[in-house]
Amino acid sequence: MTDTRTIIRDGLWTNNVGLVQILGLCPLLAVTGTFINGLGLGLATMATLIASNVTISAIRSLVRPEVRIPVFVLVIASIVTVIELLMSAYLYDLYKVLGIFIPLIVTNCAIIGRAEAFASRHSVLPAFLDGLSMGLGFMLVLVTLGGMREIIGHGTLFSHAHRMFGNLLPDITIVFAGDYQGFLLAVLPPGAFIGLGLIIALKNIIDKRLQARASRVTAAAVPAVQPGH
Amino acid sequence: MNYRPVLVSAAFLFLFAVIGSGMVAYTHENTAERIHDNERRALLKSLHELIAPERYDNDIFHDVLYVRDRQLLGTDKPVAVYRARKNGWPVAAVIAAVAPDGYNGSIRLLVAINLDGTLAGVRVVEHRETPGLGDAIETSRSDWILGFRGKSLENPGKEGWKVKRDGGQFDQFTGATITPRAVVKAVHNALLYYRQHGKELFEQHPEAASQS
Repeated sequence: MTDTRTIIRDGLWTNNVGLVQILGLCPLLAVTGTFINGLGLGLATMATLIASNVTISAIRSLVRPEVRIPVFVLVIASIVTVIELLMSAYLYDLYKVLGIFIPLIVTNCAIIGRAEAFASRHSVLPAFLDGLSMGLGFMLVLVTLGGMREIIGHGTLFSHAHRMFGNLLPDITIVFAGDYQGFLLAVLPPGAFIGLGLIIALKNIIDKRLQARASRVTAAAVPAVQPGH
Repeated sequence: MNYRPVLVSAAFLFLFAVIGSGMVAYTHENTAERIHDNERRALLKSLHELIAPERYDNDIFHDVLYVRDRQLLGTDKPVAVYRARKNGWPVAAVIAAVAPDGYNGSIRLLVAINLDGTLAGVRVVEHRETPGLGDAIETSRSDWILGFRGKSLENPGKEGWKVKRDGGQFDQFTGATITPRAVVKAVHNALLYYRQHGKELFEQHPEAASQS
């Protein structure tokens, strides 16, 4: 039985879909022009991950190994199509922006990857947790990258929130500079690659620091214990 | 050879195909109307920005005619013309023209032309121009497209219907000339089309048009 905390830490950090597994790059790089677009695709991907993980875990004892991949693909494709229809029915503005990337969730290797590597070997509850934390980890990368590119590229943050929340929220756009001309590199695809590279580098720096501190702590702890012997 | 496991697997796969399609069909059944409604509302919203709702009293969404003119409307496919009328009298026509020569493929427009041949306005429906450069044709990015309002074939004349770099009247964008050039040309062509066919556009009834 896999420990709950390990599953969550894996999804959010240690084995993050976007930063460590580097899966699902196409939507990751394509839609992160703004924070809200990233959030929209992040939520759709997370919903797909949770639904597919739970379904596949629930049927894992029924599926014969030789047909498991086609069954996974069927399950994932159906879920994504349902999500696409629901989005175009209830979040039409956002759907118009993300439209072509929603069907691409089917081909997001992260989803079939989790189905094969985790959901098909664990019971429903851990599979649900895995889907949730992997999805959340992916979404965090999407919104971080989206936020970065929006601030640098357009000089705003949280613009077009109505696409997602309709009229529930007032306009929460933060404008950093009124007459900002925009920085094109951040808006175009190369900016997405550079941004993702920077985020991965930052994660590696943090990991290295943590590791260094951990080894220093154990080194310090060992002599302290020895006099007691 | 034992075929049983193969058949069981096939049956299982089939079962999942049925369940999956069933799920999709059920969702489609329950959302189709809403999706159609959304599309309709989005179009009506752009139409209302171009022609104020109080200027007409007909069901503009259904008072539509499909016309073809590869040269002036930018596409081989039938182009929708929405007709606004008040008390049965023509007020304006909205032509869903296409600018075929954008920087990155076609730009779909709505060109609203008043009965007297002046522009009520132009909006971009769909485009794939470069974000940050060519997308200034969107109203959310800049006011550029609002500048068409009130223009006509006589104002400016033929020479004026170009971007400034080509000696015309319309601004180009910093770093992007192709996009505004394509839009200006498409709007001008739509006006030319209206001059040639304006009368017929209002005469044909939607029923008659769909039969022809």
